[in-house]
Amino acid sequence: MITLVIIELQKIFKKWRTYIGFIAIGLLAIIVQLALYFTGQKLIDSQLKNFEQTFIMVGNLFNGYFIAHLILGALIIHVPFLIVLVGGDLLAGEATAGTYRMILTRPVSRLQVITSKFISGFIYVVLLLAWLAFLSIGVSLIIFGSGPLLSLGNGIVIIAENDILWRFLGAYAFAALSMTTVICFAILFSSLVQNAIGPIVSTMAVIFVFLILSALPVEFLQNLRPYFFTSHMLQWDNFFRDPVNYSEILKSTWILLAHIAGLYLITTYIFIKKDILS
Amino acid sequence: MNSEQVIEVRGLTKKFRNLTAVDNLDLNVYRGDVFGFLGPNGAGKSTTIRMLLSLIKPTSGEMKIFNKSIVKDRKEIFSKVGAIVEKPDFYLYLSAYKNLEILGKLSGADTSKKKIMEMLELVGLEKRYKSKVKTYSHGMKQRLGLAQALLHDPELIILDEPTTGLDPQGMKEIRDLIIYLSREKGKTIFLSSHILHEVELIATRMIILNKGKVQVEGTVEDLLKSDKVSVTFEVDNVQEVQNVINESLWKESYKSTFKNELKFELTKDEITNLNKFLVEKKIAVSAIVPVRSLEDYFLKITEGGEK
Repeated sequence: MITLVIIELQKIFKKWRTYIGFIAIGLLAIIVQLALYFTGQKLIDSQLKNFEQTFIMVGNLFNGYFIAHLILGALIIHVPFLIVLVGGDLLAGEATAGTYRMILTRPVSRLQVITSKFISGFIYVVLLLAWLAFLSIGVSLIIFGSGPLLSLGNGIVIIAENDILWRFLGAYAFAALSMTTVICFAILFSSLVQNAIGPIVSTMAVIFVFLILSALPVEFLQNLRPYFFTSHMLQWDNFFRDPVNYSEILKSTWILLAHIAGLYLITTYIFIKKDILS
Repeated sequence: MNSEQVIEVRGLTKKFRNLTAVDNLDLNVYRGDVFGFLGPNGAGKSTTIRMLLSLIKPTSGEMKIFNKSIVKDRKEIFSKVGAIVEKPDFYLYLSAYKNLEILGKLSGADTSKKKIMEMLELVGLEKRYKSKVKTYSHGMKQRLGLAQALLHDPELIILDEPTTGLDPQGMKEIRDLIIYLSREKGKTIFLSSHILHEVELIATRMIILNKGKVQVEGTVEDLLKSDKVSVTFEVDNVQEVQNVINESLWKESYKSTFKNELKFELTKDEITNLNKFLVEKKIAVSAIVPVRSLEDYFLKITEGGEK
């Protein structure tokens, strides 16, 4: 299995499309950092305007952690667009190229092949998010320095400097889970067709449809909302609340894990039963 | 012929909705065979090969390779099988070397640089081993296809149209390689080809498939021997020969005359006998040209004129 995963990763990272996500995230992170470098203080001043009469703000609140949190919030909703470029191609790419015939006539089972695809997809997601973490936390800390984290979500939360890093770790781990769910959808759609465009469009359509259904003020849909995977994808921000709502995070974790398991099982079933005609 | 069965197929059927691509196929390939698998386009050859390689599932029937079930012992079987299925497709964005390394690892082959370069040399691609496959011609991909099929030193090699797209020199090289693999290395070869002359030259046994059904099966020699061949006898005095023929039993084999050529349909043994007959009648025969080959035989079979 390890050999298969290494081979899959080699294939993924030899394709130029794999780097679109890394380049896009790199560019966006740099643009946000540059913009905040010049205008960020104004942003923080306007955000804190209402609290200045009640609280005395001390220390450097406009620091690397604040920027990192801002970048994570701004970019994480766009990461699925980048992930599906790779996920949608994982199986459909083999069908398009005709290479199914080459790999499936080897002494490896289809279960091993599909599992290696999922694992390498997961590793790609983790690497992409690690890249985002490096740029948003690492580079921001170098440029803007360190300090307590000002989290502006449901109210104002200021987190002490020595209490921040584990929250980012938790947030990124949760984001990895969310994005793995997305790539699992892409792999499922990828197993059904022979062209990568279909799975890319289909996965994005699924995300949009669930987001729209979640937003519609219809009682029936509101009752279903807790089971939509899109409702749980932004739970990463819970790590920056005080106190952290662990039960909510755990519940979302289970729901996303159930999605991943379900999507893996369905895809595996389809792949094992599939006649390779390409 | 070795009696050890390498491929055993019984009642193999594949239906795609209303189309029966392979219909109740029985097949035996023995160790050391170069087995020719012939048939026109749409006969069901590739579908059969795909079923043998578990790329598609049969509707019914049983397949065994090395006396083991393809379903239950897939991994064990495929560690000893090398194949090209239709046109060989590769990861175009990778080099030939990298493609072989990947496919070799999947087969559990020795993927050392020495071994991979040996394979590339065998198919004449050693100078382009670093080039991405997308820069390769069809013929080069075909050679690379052969290299990937041989990399793990398989006992059974399944080749689906291995010389398609090659120039005459390349076709001869591949033919020679197949003969070498069979005779020198003792490999069993299952060869599907539309170039019937090729099968005639290298196959020991063959099957002709049409519309998913077996038309004939046997050794190439026997199939040709038992069948009548179109033969032209070149003579000096056509009228005299025609008279002699008309008065003999050979008139039933006589077909036509063109200039100084008389055309007959004869078995291989009859050619000798007719020649002897004409010589006894003091008729000078300047040439005997058999124009019948496996191709004629194949066309006749697949057109339904003969069974």
